[in-house]
Amino acid sequence: MLEFERDPWRVESLRVTRVTRETEDTFTIELDAKPRAGFVFQPGQFNMLYAFGVGESAISIAGSADEPERLVHTVRAVGAVTNALAKAKQGERIGVRGPFGHGFPIAEARGKDLLLIAGGIGLAPLRPVILYAIQHRPEFRSVTLIYGARSPKDLLYPRELLSWASRLRLETTVDRAEDDWFGHTGVVTKFIEGALQNPESTVAMMCGPEVMMRFAARELTTLGVPEKSIFVSTERNMKCGVGLCGHCQLGPFLLCRDGPTFSYDRIGPLLSIREL
Amino acid sequence: MSEDISAELVLPRERCGELLELVVKKGYRLIGPKLEQGAIVFGPLRGVDDLPEGWTDEQSPGRYRAVRRSDASLFGYAAGPRSLRRFFQLPDVELVVLRRGQDGPRLDYGSGDTRPIALIGARGCDLRALAIQDQVLARGAYPDPRYVARRANTLVIAVQCTEPSGSCFCTSMGAGPRAELGFDLALTEVVDAERHHFVVEVGSERGRELVAELALALAAPRLSSEARERVAGAAARMGRRFEEAAVHDALLANLEHPEWDRLGERCLSCTNCTLVCPTCFCTTSEDRIDLTGDVVERHVRHDSCFSEEFSHLHGGSARASIRSRYRQWLTHKFATWYDQFGSSGCVGCGRCITSCPVGIDVTQEISVIGGEPCKLNP
Ligand SMILES: Cc1cc2nc3c(=O)[nH]c(=O)nc-3n(C[C@H](O)[C@H](O)[C@H](O)COP(=O)(O)OP(=O)(O)OC[C@H]3O[C@@H](n4cnc5c(N)ncnc54)[C@H](O)[C@@H]3O)c2cc1C
Ligand code: SF4
Ligand code: FES
Repeated sequence: MLEFERDPWRVESLRVTRVTRETEDTFTIELDAKPRAGFVFQPGQFNMLYAFGVGESAISIAGSADEPERLVHTVRAVGAVTNALAKAKQGERIGVRGPFGHGFPIAEARGKDLLLIAGGIGLAPLRPVILYAIQHRPEFRSVTLIYGARSPKDLLYPRELLSWASRLRLETTVDRAEDDWFGHTGVVTKFIEGALQNPESTVAMMCGPEVMMRFAARELTTLGVPEKSIFVSTERNMKCGVGLCGHCQLGPFLLCRDGPTFSYDRIGPLLSIREL
Repeated sequence: MSEDISAELVLPRERCGELLELVVKKGYRLIGPKLEQGAIVFGPLRGVDDLPEGWTDEQSPGRYRAVRRSDASLFGYAAGPRSLRRFFQLPDVELVVLRRGQDGPRLDYGSGDTRPIALIGARGCDLRALAIQDQVLARGAYPDPRYVARRANTLVIAVQCTEPSGSCFCTSMGAGPRAELGFDLALTEVVDAERHHFVVEVGSERGRELVAELALALAAPRLSSEARERVAGAAARMGRRFEEAAVHDALLANLEHPEWDRLGERCLSCTNCTLVCPTCFCTTSEDRIDLTGDVVERHVRHDSCFSEEFSHLHGGSARASIRSRYRQWLTHKFATWYDQFGSSGCVGCGRCITSCPVGIDVTQEISVIGGEPCKLNP
């Protein structure tokens, strides 16, 4: 039947090519997306990853959009599905549906200062943006990443961070420092002012805990960055990923369909309403 | 719509069975009203004898009773507790079966029973609800192919409503009591001691073929206008009315109104209102594993925004309080549905009012929270 050929529930079974442990509870899983003729996606889009027999979770794509046949996800094991995904081994298979949602509007930042702000696992959805910015560095006037984690051992992609440091401006900060820590301590918002050169022609993209994004957005707007130049990636419970199940509602939006990335003038007022 | 009453036909009560038999002969499954466990609900019909002849209902906040009528009306009642939703978006669908294989699981997709459905006795509110669900499930960027397949070729023999219940407010939502669109045939029942007829409006080519095969006679203009008057009378008897156009802004401007706190205390979060609502579409997906662990069935089933897990995220539920879940339900139906899908999510059938065990009346709540612009019976 024709309609079933475009079934949004249809799962692609893809082979795990590599699993890398990032931190105590977070790992990066790489899938071979060649059978699907690559997996063209926009930085900021997500997939529904299916641990067979357990269930699905929305997980952002964390790899390079220039190499879509290597489908990369960084996952924090917090519950049934993510713990099952954490057990996947090289050669095994994982179900994938996607890519879904709207990515970050990178084009808006061309010729401007690109400021990326990540908290914790929020670095994963921004990684495709970072990789793009590094590969296409001349498109932007400047590129800055402010990244905050709980402690040094919670930092994702530690070796990559070192290489990024030479390609863009990087401020890494932790809540709790340890003896051998040479970076900053304190919340990401502390480093925004120092990173801004031309607030009115800066485009900011953020992902992290909602409180972090709210404080960072407030700091950015106070310093003169227009709300419509601030983009955030939002998160709610998602079951379908395609606007059919109703789970991801936030006021007027279905986050999977209308987001998950939004400009702050659209989403900011909703994030401040408790339990919306 | 057939404003031209000169084209209306008449179906005598004795020939109703013939109409349904003809529909079955054309390959449709009949879904229509019938008496089941003390309520008039939609379900599969075998034929005309399954219709709840001589029954009506009494409805008010928190209360439903099927009672005998003094006449032999076939459609003399309002919306019952079971809407049409479950016939198109099944309560529980098997998406795929996974069987252990050499190289990862083997995935088998089923497609289910998709013989076309003929709806018998659907009201204006029921048809509006289907149109709203079509918008959500069939007209987005990712249509649900199972819903689309079940909806395909639905034949609609509507009934123009002459009997609103104490919970109805379809006139406020512009969804009834007259069905203007979305039917192949629409019947208006005219019954009294001497006569029992249906005035038939034709809404489509398929409808035209049906009445041609039955060779129905033209309705006398007097009978047609009597039918119209009965429907107009239903509109006039509707117990509650409010200015629907004002509700979107009025509710969204009052998201911290103290009435939400009171609702949070009254509402039991029982999910009844979402189970009976004809436009609710929320679902969840789950895996069911057989005892051997070798076969997994993945299902999608109806879900309710009143459950705490509905908005569950690592770190807890986004809507942990009942207050917030009630607010989500009411604002979604009457306000944010417009933003999401371009229309209201309510058709005014009153099912949620009747089925609420603590008798919460959405129209009353809108008038309290929305204030002056939303006041009842202005
Ligand atoms: C667009 C988007 C992108 C995302 N990207 C990523 C990403 O790149 N990486 C990532 O790691 N995450 C990401 N997430 C978050 C991720 O989807 C969730 O963490 C995931 O759904 C967790 O699924 P789970 O089944 O493992 O955990 P869940 O079962 O959801 O459990 C999470 C926690 O809640 C508890 N819990 C579970 N069920 C209940 C219940 N019924 N009642 C109370 N508590 C319960 C569990 O014990 C656990 O502590 C993203 C989310 C969205 C919406
Ligand atoms: S409003 Fe009434 S029917 Fe709906 S969940 Fe609350 S108590 Fe149940
Ligand atoms: S996740 Fe199902 S509607 Fe958004």
